[in-house]
Amino acid sequence: MADVRTPPKRRDWSWRSQAVRGVIYQIVAIAVIAAAVWFLAHNTLENMRVRGIQSGFGFLGSPAGFDIGEMLINYDALDPYWKAFLVGILNTLRVAVIGIVLTTVLGTLLGIGRFSHNAIVRGLCYGYVELFRNIPVLLQLLLWYLVFTEILPDTNAALSVGSVFLSKGGLSFPVPIWGIGQGLASLGAILGLVLALFYRHWAMQQFERTGRVRDTFWPALALIFGMAFVGWLVGGAPTEWNTPKQGEVMVEDGAAMTPEFMAVLLGLTLYTASYVAEVVRAGIASVSHGQGEAASSLGLSRGQSMRLVVLPQALRVIIPPLTNQYLNLTKNSSLAVAIGYPDVVSISNTAINQTGRAVECIAIIMLVYLSTSLSTSGLMNWYNKRSAIKER
Amino acid sequence: MSAVFQPIAAREAPIKMEGFVPWIKHNLFGGWRNTVATLLGLAVIVHWLPPLANWLLFKAVFVPDSDVCQSAREIGACWGVITEKHRLIILGRYPLAEQWRPEIATLLLMGLLIFSCIRKFWKPWLALLWLVVVALVFVLMGGGVAGLTRVSTDQWGGLPLTIMLATLSIVFAFPIAVVVALGRRSKLPAIRTVCVIYVELIRGVPLISVLFMASFMFPLFMPPGVSIDVLLRVLVGITLFSAAYMAEIVRGGLQAIPKGQTEAAATLGLSYWQTQRKIVLPQALALVVPGIMNNFISIFKDTSLVTIVSLYELTGAMGLALNSDANWRPFKLEAYLFIAAIYFAFCFSMSRYSLWIEKQVNRSKVR
Repeated sequence: MADVRTPPKRRDWSWRSQAVRGVIYQIVAIAVIAAAVWFLAHNTLENMRVRGIQSGFGFLGSPAGFDIGEMLINYDALDPYWKAFLVGILNTLRVAVIGIVLTTVLGTLLGIGRFSHNAIVRGLCYGYVELFRNIPVLLQLLLWYLVFTEILPDTNAALSVGSVFLSKGGLSFPVPIWGIGQGLASLGAILGLVLALFYRHWAMQQFERTGRVRDTFWPALALIFGMAFVGWLVGGAPTEWNTPKQGEVMVEDGAAMTPEFMAVLLGLTLYTASYVAEVVRAGIASVSHGQGEAASSLGLSRGQSMRLVVLPQALRVIIPPLTNQYLNLTKNSSLAVAIGYPDVVSISNTAINQTGRAVECIAIIMLVYLSTSLSTSGLMNWYNKRSAIKER
Repeated sequence: MSAVFQPIAAREAPIKMEGFVPWIKHNLFGGWRNTVATLLGLAVIVHWLPPLANWLLFKAVFVPDSDVCQSAREIGACWGVITEKHRLIILGRYPLAEQWRPEIATLLLMGLLIFSCIRKFWKPWLALLWLVVVALVFVLMGGGVAGLTRVSTDQWGGLPLTIMLATLSIVFAFPIAVVVALGRRSKLPAIRTVCVIYVELIRGVPLISVLFMASFMFPLFMPPGVSIDVLLRVLVGITLFSAAYMAEIVRGGLQAIPKGQTEAAATLGLSYWQTQRKIVLPQALALVVPGIMNNFISIFKDTSLVTIVSLYELTGAMGLALNSDANWRPFKLEAYLFIAAIYFAFCFSMSRYSLWIEKQVNRSKVR
């Protein structure tokens, strides 16, 4: 291929020139799209003028006038719309983040379970995956919501295990009353984590130098919990808990999760976990048998070979589709609107009905999801690059 | 001193690994952990299965009488609600006298769907057949010609609507997806950018926002005086949505075709479109059939979302059937389980097909 003769350069403005045709195609495509956009925008503006619909994001500053069932920040009906949207966005993120963590744990367990030596475990994992994957997530959310609001006992006779109560009013559970002791304990835990990271670094260096393998898991755990315990002791060892108790009409005190939140969280987690399980299974299956066999011939136990040999290699196959599942979970959290969990879509829906500014509200929804999608995939791409095979 | 040859003891015969008993030994009681897991699993099954079977079948009420159902509450399921309401759940509000029309339309669509699943019929005339059947389905459902009474689209509902939305959106999305996938791999920067923006934009937002757009914003997009039926708007929304996902699937197929194929085509003097039409697409599309099938399954499930913009497909029709009837409303759980079973039957069989066809199209690659 050393001496490819370049064809004679000649400005050929005829239809037969590929370059010219390319330019013309592009101009035509852009023109068609521009015309379509102009047509739609023109119609929209015209329709808005005719129907007297006001436009613009000015409404965000005016009072929203509706209450929201649950929120992470203070909000009341007199607060402006932008704050209502903020509450909605935070609610979406709350259910998405907790859902992603739970889904990862459950999905990984189910995916590994498909390779169990035990036929019953394999069968149960397979059955779970097929059952939850083939029923629409909206239907699952509605089903859970029905269970939480109609089938559970009333609030005056809640099911209870210890001081955890479950009823139509939701799940109530005890929380420690936040004080200086708890603050110091979490500070200690963070400090412990940092120390554990240092320890791991040191252990790796030792391993490289001497070849001696040190366990890093248990010391790390001990460091984190030990430091947290020390922090708690220094803070005066507070033992006060805010415990829920059964009242006359309802369960009082303690922290609570609403039935809406639980239905959304449970529905999304169980549904997405079935997909994550398949992703994990496919990832593990993609690691060649020889790897596991080599590991067992080196004397690694099955658990060790899974943890040290198979999973790190499977991870490279798993991460890209796993990211997609995380994004799907986040996007599916928009179905919360169907059962009245006040996420960003639900708030926008209310705002559209109250103000009629469909264009602006839908734009807000899309912007929120686009930015979470793009940032999540950016983050996962970065991680993927880190765990990719280092090639020459 | 002469060494006497001492043979080492013969190895034992390998343990028999095949057959029923060794299978059980290996898969249920190999090692103490395995045994514990088996016992735990059996305990769970023994504990849960009989009450569940009782509730679902043996103590369930099948007669359409809400009083009998009410008295069997918490003991057995009330399948009487299905006996009573199945027509409304499955066909929605379609006029009673005309219900043969959605039935035939659904059978037509499903028949064609199954027909299209057979590799022998993957020929260009299949596209034409689809067009004819789609037109026929619309005529059958809508009426207004050939002596059929007119049935407006807001009365369409239930399973026919679910199948129609899923099938039509996939069928219409397919050509868009192919064009966008080709555009995304095009050498022309403007066309490539447009395709990338379309795909990433749609894939970044949830379907519900696209449906909101179809239901709230679409009317604003049209010139004053023109109004488009809500079913059509939703269909356009779902089509554009699934086209973006399908474009990515098709792109995956295009990338799997070795470069040598296009180079060989160029050597033979084929133009870009000839190359795509005769060389690349036939190979790539056969590869992506399983992917498209999976996309179809997810769209089939996602059609349940159109209840949120008040179209009464299966999920919506169920709400319609039960919410206004105080006698039967307490038995919503059974109705939910019923439609969940319908969705499951469809999706599970399609996913089996997808696995089977994946093996079929990869057959030439496995030695």
